[in-house]
Amino acid sequence: MSDIDKVFKALADPGRRRLLDLLHHDNGQMLSALCEHMDMTRQAVTQHLQQLEAANLVAVVWQGREKLHYLNPVPLHEIHERWIGKFERARLGALHDLKTKLEGDGHDKT
Amino acid sequence: MTKPDFVYVTYIATTPEKVWQALVDTDVMRQYWCGLSTDCPGYVNVSDWQPGSRWEHQPMDGSGEARIVGTVIESRAPRRLVYTWARPTDAEDASKHSQVAFDIEPHTDGLVRLTVTHTDLERDPEMLAGVSGGWPKVLSNLKTLLETGQVLPGSPSRV
Repeated sequence: MSDIDKVFKALADPGRRRLLDLLHHDNGQMLSALCEHMDMTRQAVTQHLQQLEAANLVAVVWQGREKLHYLNPVPLHEIHERWIGKFERARLGALHDLKTKLEGDGHDKT
Repeated sequence: MTKPDFVYVTYIATTPEKVWQALVDTDVMRQYWCGLSTDCPGYVNVSDWQPGSRWEHQPMDGSGEARIVGTVIESRAPRRLVYTWARPTDAEDASKHSQVAFDIEPHTDGLVRLTVTHTDLERDPEMLAGVSGGWPKVLSNLKTLLETGQVLPGSPSRV
């Protein structure tokens, strides 16, 4: 599987997107902290994190005996660069702001 | 050691020596190092890269005015480079400095794993916001440059 296939496959699951949202909100969390917000077994969360790590969307750092998980946005940036031109960014940004404003902050993030 | 604020990882089909050169050689840097804002003039990092030496993040707009300054902490070619990171106005105030570490490790299949770890950024929230958007762009550009000899389309750093 190519790197980009791994990224899209990893993103194709709402549970894994939820994990990325949790890390985006608070970067560098341990498995136990992430499990508190996930409605699934510890084993399932571990497997999702492994898949995110294989896709390079999550990077792991050890601090002593603590395994910290970080959101790694570099592959997402590459996807963004590939399909979004530099002149489209401002217009897309304006459209995104409008959508956020009209829908309020509580819109579905998954 | 405090917990890193950001950890960025990219896998590049190249050698550790070429990644190291891209981090310390301004001729390579000027081809991929984009600024922390969207309209990027392109930047180079200037230093002799010896531990204890000063380094400066200079825009290529000809002003020669450093945007970021710091001190080289560790310089171990071609595996690890660590330096402090501060606004020029905070250069003398170590309590506001953050720290950047580059770790270059050979990986499988002819790939090199480059990890950038930025620590102590919470000392400057505005810097934290700017830096978090900047690193992915710099690393994507670096990967593309080393793998293809060109930067990503749409990147304005080839000025």
